[in-house]
Amino acid sequence: MQVLFKIPGALREFTGNQSPVRVEVEAGSNLLQVLQALFVVYPGLRDRVLTETGETRRHVNIFVANEDVRYTGGLATAIPAGTEVSIVPAISGG
Amino acid sequence: MNTLRSYSRGDENVLHRGAAEVIQRCLIKEPAGRYQRASEVRAALEAVQGAVLQSRHPSEETRGPRTLVLRGMEHLSVKNGDVLLLVGTNKGAFFLRSSRDRSRWDVAGPYFHGQGIYAMAYDGRSDRHRLWVSANNVMWGAFLRSSDDFGRIWTNPLEASIRFPAESGASLRNIWQICLGRDDEPEKLYCGVEPAALFESGNEGESWSLVRGLYDHPHRPRWMPSNGGLTLHTILPDPCNKDRMYVAVSAGGVYRTDDGGTTWQSRNNGVRVMFLPEKYPEFGQCVHKIVLHESRPERLFLQNHWGLYRSDNRGDSWQDIARGVPSDFGFAMLMHPHDADCVYIVPVESDEFRCTPEGHLRVYRTRNAGGSWEALDRGLPQRGAYETVLRDAMSSDSLDPAGIYFGTRSGKVYGSRDEGKSWKKIVDGLPQILCVKAAVVHMDGAPTTKPNLKSKIPKRGKTGRTKRVRRGKSS
Repeated sequence: MQVLFKIPGALREFTGNQSPVRVEVEAGSNLLQVLQALFVVYPGLRDRVLTETGETRRHVNIFVANEDVRYTGGLATAIPAGTEVSIVPAISGG
Repeated sequence: MNTLRSYSRGDENVLHRGAAEVIQRCLIKEPAGRYQRASEVRAALEAVQGAVLQSRHPSEETRGPRTLVLRGMEHLSVKNGDVLLLVGTNKGAFFLRSSRDRSRWDVAGPYFHGQGIYAMAYDGRSDRHRLWVSANNVMWGAFLRSSDDFGRIWTNPLEASIRFPAESGASLRNIWQICLGRDDEPEKLYCGVEPAALFESGNEGESWSLVRGLYDHPHRPRWMPSNGGLTLHTILPDPCNKDRMYVAVSAGGVYRTDDGGTTWQSRNNGVRVMFLPEKYPEFGQCVHKIVLHESRPERLFLQNHWGLYRSDNRGDSWQDIARGVPSDFGFAMLMHPHDADCVYIVPVESDEFRCTPEGHLRVYRTRNAGGSWEALDRGLPQRGAYETVLRDAMSSDSLDPAGIYFGTRSGKVYGSRDEGKSWKKIVDGLPQILCVKAAVVHMDGAPTTKPNLKSKIPKRGKTGRTKRVRRGKSS
């Protein structure tokens, strides 16, 4: 199945300036698995979205459709076919 | 567009498809709506930036796309013999340049918009002219970036070059220190990071490895984070002994290796701790900075979280040297580049009120290795100046007389070209200053100026004055 990723402007230099981008994954994949597929195609995203220990960076939000994955199972969130995944910088800052 | 064409090295008629698409999208909008959303314009600019940089650099595969800064920046034009000031703030990096007389400064920046710049270095070894920057983006993490053309083009690694091994269970929060190796080891670099650890590179920063001897030290699990986090912020290679190095950890204390990093020993005997029941523990001190002079590598000076100290035996023991200072609390400490007896500090009132005492901005200097201290305040504000100079926000150039520089948390940079006798404000209005590094640039095989060691009171030429600061167009 295909998953559509929306890439924030700050990271588009690592996707050839493309957003959204489509990634082919196996049906039934969870968020971690589709992210790993995304990172294979666009390796510059990996360390900017996840830490070395594989956790989502504190100030990075990931939405599956319109749901923040913090409330839907985190990286284990199921990804239905045709779902749009958005990587969004949090509003935190200062 | 001139920038795009000039960068394409002769391919003036060829514009990357992605760039063309972005530009086209911008142009087809109605004028009234063209700039309706600042974020869209910004994203378009960044997309153009990335699209244009179809880097042909041979190491792109490992370094990722190289980023050309495209924000209307007027970069510095650096010549042989110029003095550079690298100023890191919590919202980006600024670069200042002056000729050797240090009377007028050009300012370029901010580079790395909105990112915390905790460490910088200029590497002029082996005919390089490389700027190193630790850029910490609150969203996307901390990355080590470098430029070989004084800021026009930066590396942007696909993968973080400094990363903890998976089995460590740790993840990088920040890079606090970038330290060049010894002059005769031009491929060597070191980084101190948070959580506290030391990384080293033996290939000009292409790859990095964790120094396991320190990371696996049995004391490490008992180190405590200080206000700034659990950081390894100071690295001092012994200039005469390739196997010896010192590091300082807040709050862990001073550690020394005598075997090239395989084993490390705490070296905190005599350094007082105010925040533990035991006042003189083996480790756990909140050391803010240590310095040494290459002509006397056995002697170190230490600015502690409360306390000023000197060691004459490579850190084996420390003596209190806080005589004649308004407070022995402070962060920054600077070794004079030519005089092994001369050290600069900027005391702050206390850990509760981390500002210069009584609103007086005063640098203190010892010229007898801590026997006594004198206030240096000529040209510095002495009323309502509640300033803080952070641990890495003080630096010197290698000229004679030496230039001394520091930056404040309120965004001001002060400089002295007579070794502290008098000061001038070089620039203000910057974001909170985290680090200041000074360097003299040598190009075209020009001889490297080695410090004239122990030139105690150099004769000065005619006294010039800071005439004006010419800011870059970027700010």
